[in-house]
Amino acid sequence: MADERVSAVQLLTPEGQRVAHPEYDINLTDAELRGLYRDMVLVRRIDTEATALQRQGELGLWAPCLGQEAAQVGSARAMAPNDFAFPTFREHGVTWCRGVAALDMLAILRGISNGGWDPSLHRCGPYSIVIGAQVLHGVGYAMGVQFDGAEDVAVTYFGDGAMAQGDVNEAFVFAASFSAPVVFFCQNNQWAISQPSDRQGNIQLYERANGFGFPGVQVDGNDVLAVLAVTKVALERARSGNGPTLIEAYTYRMGAHTTSDDPTRYRLAGELETWRLRDPIERLKAYLARQGIADRSYFDQIEQEGEKLAEQIRDGVRAMVPPKPESMFDDVYSEPHARIDEQRAEMLEYLASFEDAGG
Amino acid sequence: MAEQQQVFHLPDVGEGLTEAEIVKWRIRPGDSVAVNQIIVEIETAKAVVELPCPYAGSVKALHVPEGEIVPVGSPIVTILVTAKADEREPVLVGYGVKTDHEVHRRPRKPGIQQDIAPTSPARAKPLVRKLAKELGVPLDSVTPTGADGVITRADVLGSTRNGHSTSPAAAPNGRDDRQPVRGVQRAMADAMVRSAFTAPHVTEWVEVDISRTLDLVIRLRANSAYEGIKVTPLTIVAAAVIHAVKQYPRINSTWMESSQGAEIVTHSEVHLGIAADTPRGLLVPSVKAAGSMQLPQLARGIHTLIETARAGRSTPADLTGGTITITNVGVFGVDGGTPIINPGESAILAIGRILDRPWVVDGAIVVRPIMQLSLSFDHRVIDGALGSRALVSMANFLTDPAVEMVPAHATE
Ligand SMILES: Cc1ncc(C[n+]2csc(CCOP(=O)(O)OP(=O)(O)O)c2C)c(N)n1
Ligand SMILES: [Mg+2]
Repeated sequence: MADERVSAVQLLTPEGQRVAHPEYDINLTDAELRGLYRDMVLVRRIDTEATALQRQGELGLWAPCLGQEAAQVGSARAMAPNDFAFPTFREHGVTWCRGVAALDMLAILRGISNGGWDPSLHRCGPYSIVIGAQVLHGVGYAMGVQFDGAEDVAVTYFGDGAMAQGDVNEAFVFAASFSAPVVFFCQNNQWAISQPSDRQGNIQLYERANGFGFPGVQVDGNDVLAVLAVTKVALERARSGNGPTLIEAYTYRMGAHTTSDDPTRYRLAGELETWRLRDPIERLKAYLARQGIADRSYFDQIEQEGEKLAEQIRDGVRAMVPPKPESMFDDVYSEPHARIDEQRAEMLEYLASFEDAGG
Repeated sequence: MAEQQQVFHLPDVGEGLTEAEIVKWRIRPGDSVAVNQIIVEIETAKAVVELPCPYAGSVKALHVPEGEIVPVGSPIVTILVTAKADEREPVLVGYGVKTDHEVHRRPRKPGIQQDIAPTSPARAKPLVRKLAKELGVPLDSVTPTGADGVITRADVLGSTRNGHSTSPAAAPNGRDDRQPVRGVQRAMADAMVRSAFTAPHVTEWVEVDISRTLDLVIRLRANSAYEGIKVTPLTIVAAAVIHAVKQYPRINSTWMESSQGAEIVTHSEVHLGIAADTPRGLLVPSVKAAGSMQLPQLARGIHTLIETARAGRSTPADLTGGTITITNVGVFGVDGGTPIINPGESAILAIGRILDRPWVVDGAIVVRPIMQLSLSFDHRVIDGALGSRALVSMANFLTDPAVEMVPAHATE
């Protein structure tokens, strides 16, 4: 990579050349390689469609994952079906790989669903807006797995900015002390809203793991193969009882922080151009084409699939039915609760005061 | 398949924005549009944003002219859509749910009157507040009957029947004009406050006989290398500023605060800001890499920069990244001033009007075109000696551009 600071694991150069690494390697079938390409293209298509829908007034907000597809897809595809992902609000690539329907991702941002999907079904937590909170959840879950004597691993996602959060550092301490089966997956996308990541500390993020007593590794976050390889090793380490790993996926947020943000106010256009040359999808595409693993008709077919998906999203979002107001009481407690019942009744009575008496 | 009209309403593209300005339409009536094609640029309090079209079809009508500010939810364009049958009008998150039928509302049964003094501010639930706003009833004029002194829907409706105001609170007087501060104006205000109250400003000025500069402008206009390029005295002033930066690089720098303390970053390139008076307000786009340009290129760069700004087409990149700025206050007929430094820069030069004045040359009074240069600089970065030297360098350049432009060794 162009940055001298960076010593990231790389298996695929930005030009799509396969390179060897002394510690990490990966062997995938052609179908698996094509699958990674398809995942990334479709995730990007969902992301751009959701961004457009926000601009059309259909969503309250959207946090684009543009540019981070390899980090998200590579890490999530490394997970076993029973492992559990704890995403932030930007991990559309992770939720996609966990089998969450695109429309369920959008429903939360349309403000008509509090959670979007059933976490236990997809083994993927809800989008966490509170920075760092899900890292504690992940460690807690991992400790629970340990108590159960199970073999699952929790993967918690967070950003470079979150590395400065108390919650995240507390989670590191607990995970280290208990050798909890968890993988800390940090996407260093260079920005925490308008704060550049190099202003958030004096050493590289992955190096902080040392101080907590577990390994840290930096990976080229725009290289889906390297991300997959590095995450697989971390998962196996956790699964075999050796405790957590911090992975720093060095990547770039190519879009705005959210649709409410205007990045041109704090970063120069040249930066984006530099990272465009390291685009995660383009490099895999170049590799697939050069190796003869996929050809033009395959790429076209995936693009068409993306267009179809986008159309389904557009139609589906507009057809979404807002939930009944009282449904917000449904998931507060798993069992009936007197105080909640009282509040529900009070609200229904209030709403009834607006209803038609027939004239 | 049936032809059908779809109206696109201005969405809330931020979180809780209430209005936006239509900056530029990219479509005209009769044009055909595709889904997600960018059709309009709008400017909100937060950003300039492009809106993609939700429908495919042809443009029937634009409802808002460029330059107008409209509330979120206003219809802005109608598209004739060749639609799949049975398409419902979208529910727009930004401004509430569209229902098929208007809900008929019955006043809430009054609760038991309680002996509670109205608390301040008036308390009411969101739907009741909305109703009061629609009916133009000031909430603090309503007597609450709800539990704990809460204003109910019935209270609001009752108060309109009792002949309370049905129009929004009347303006305090008929004359004062109130304009919300937003967009470019807001950005300018914030930038100026930030600069004026963090950078200690010093302003110095000097008068210059610019007859030789004007001669040069006339000669360049006639020169074939400058064909089609608008050469003005500002062009030569720009060259003078770049020349001064080459001699005194420190005037082209940024004061940076960080957790590790303060740093002065002296820029290796000159991105020359030119303050422009545009229909949208004061903008300061910059000519990028002006320090590496030959004079014809610089002249052309300034010209297109200003034209682009006036046409309202400056990109965010144009408007950021300047390292030193020139502001031409002479066009307004004044001699000089104490300009405020653009945030992130350390110096700004104001040039005044050019006026024939009596001037003493070799002991005789002659008439000469005189212009004043006023240089403001950030005293954290540039001390009085440096600021003065830089200003004199600019003045010398304009007094005799030919001598200053030719490298010294070439004249030896
Ligand atoms: C506890 C908490 N503090 C602050 C915020 C506001 N906030 C939202 S995103 C963000 C920056 C996050 O940066 P990073 O961790 O790098 O993630 P990225 O947005 O780059 O994916 C902040 C401060 C929040 N949501 N939660
Ligand atoms: Mg970040």
